[in-house]
Amino acid sequence: MTADAADRATALADAARAGDRRSLARLLTAVENHTPLAEAALRRLYPEAGSAHLVGITGPPGAGKSTLVAALIARLREDGRSVAVVAVDPSSPITGGALLGDRVRMQAYASDDGVFIRSMASRGHAGGLSSTSAAAAAVLDAAGFDVVLLETVGTGQSEVEVAAAADTTVVLEAPEMGDEVQAIKAGLLEVADIVVVNKGDRPGAQRTAAQLRAMLVPSVGRGDADPSRRAPKRPEVIVTTAISGEGIPELIALLDRRRADGSSAEAARVARATAQVDGIVAQRIRDRLAEGTGGGATGAVYEAVARHELDPYEAADRLLALLGDGGVREA
Amino acid sequence: MADRPLKVLIAKPGLDGHDRGAKVLARGLRDEGFEVVYTGLRQTPEMVVTAALQEDVDVVGLSILSGAHMTLVPRITALMRERGLHDVLVTVGGIIPDDDVAELRAQGVAGVFGPGTTIREVADFLRANATPRGA
Ligand SMILES: Nc1nc2c(ncn2[C@@H]2O[C@H](COP(=O)(O)OP(=O)(O)OP(=O)(O)O)[C@@H](O)[C@H]2O)c(=O)[nH]1
Ligand SMILES: [Mg+2]
Repeated sequence: MTADAADRATALADAARAGDRRSLARLLTAVENHTPLAEAALRRLYPEAGSAHLVGITGPPGAGKSTLVAALIARLREDGRSVAVVAVDPSSPITGGALLGDRVRMQAYASDDGVFIRSMASRGHAGGLSSTSAAAAAVLDAAGFDVVLLETVGTGQSEVEVAAAADTTVVLEAPEMGDEVQAIKAGLLEVADIVVVNKGDRPGAQRTAAQLRAMLVPSVGRGDADPSRRAPKRPEVIVTTAISGEGIPELIALLDRRRADGSSAEAARVARATAQVDGIVAQRIRDRLAEGTGGGATGAVYEAVARHELDPYEAADRLLALLGDGGVREA
Repeated sequence: MADRPLKVLIAKPGLDGHDRGAKVLARGLRDEGFEVVYTGLRQTPEMVVTAALQEDVDVVGLSILSGAHMTLVPRITALMRERGLHDVLVTVGGIIPDDDVAELRAQGVAGVFGPGTTIREVADFLRANATPRGA
């Protein structure tokens, strides 16, 4: 990166931190586009982040995630807390286009500087977020927001990535009719710190919540490399009516309690740092291998595997050894 | 990075309660490969410009059927200039009399689309005229 670009990164990062919303918005664009400027800015901002409560909100399409986010914003603003939102919607795998519609439900805060809402397309990334959502949340954290809400794509069951990006994960469900609760996505519930049965005004909400409470046997805390830190985790189940705000103060009280609970908060932070660093390592390896392919150093290895002259494990070890020497980069 | 999608805000300022056309356009532009932020009905100029700023869009597309374009559009473009959104393309869709079109252009509107304009035409215009976000 040129000195000029580094200067621009510094200027943008500092302006975003000083409260300039236009700079913050531009920085988020750079982050979304994986530019070198974004990396330089993130390096500068990272030490400033870490104070916000990052809350992931996930659940099936139409469960009321965006409406709940709006209700949370309203209540948090009453408390005088500033709120940023990253709301992710899916990109079309065919055209690359996306319809980002979550903002429709969050329109009441246009002239409130304590609220910042950013929509992002998933851009081919599976898991309910975009590949840059966690970095975007870190920027918003560094910009001084007290709470950062991450709304995922309306998900089925396997999209649990948000748990690695957030301090606290809220899984939303709508009331189910009949016996369907049995079918609720075990995977999603496993990542939940809090399960919210929304649409409490609909019949069946309390019953769904009761069934969920009965179903949720304690499970093992996620992402702990150190087994001694593993603690049984039993998500709280709560009923809300996002359209009226009912249950929202109770939900915020639960969020605050999670935040205050040192051990689970620490485990979530370590899990997040692990996911972040590993993601960057993987990206860097791919980048450097790609550079090497351009220079021909790795090409011969791939071709040898294609001819079955070399097995893929040996090939991978050789490439990693080359990377270790800095050889691929030089090539 | 060259082919990263353009980001477009489709906004419906003013008080009329019909957003069918705006929704069709939003979906159509998505299918043309744009990232489209849709903000819903009854947007104040303040809401439109705040959304454009926070979302860092390349284009603000205003859909106005109420006939209030001559009051709403200048307020939006003025507010955009005030907030530093100089490089964002502004387009207006609706039933706009010819006499007003020139005035809207003078206010900084790059494209005016009447009834009958196809989504493909809008998409081609945006691709030809919008400046992708830098940084
Ligand atoms: N009756 C009732 N309807 C609600 C409630 N919360 C949300 N809704 C409605 O449910 C519908 C979907 O709400 P959204 O907030 O857009 O849902 P979402 O989960 O964000 O949807 P996606 O982002 O598309 O996955 C809207 O029509 C809301 O008005 C609630 O508490 N009660
Ligand atoms: Mg939503």
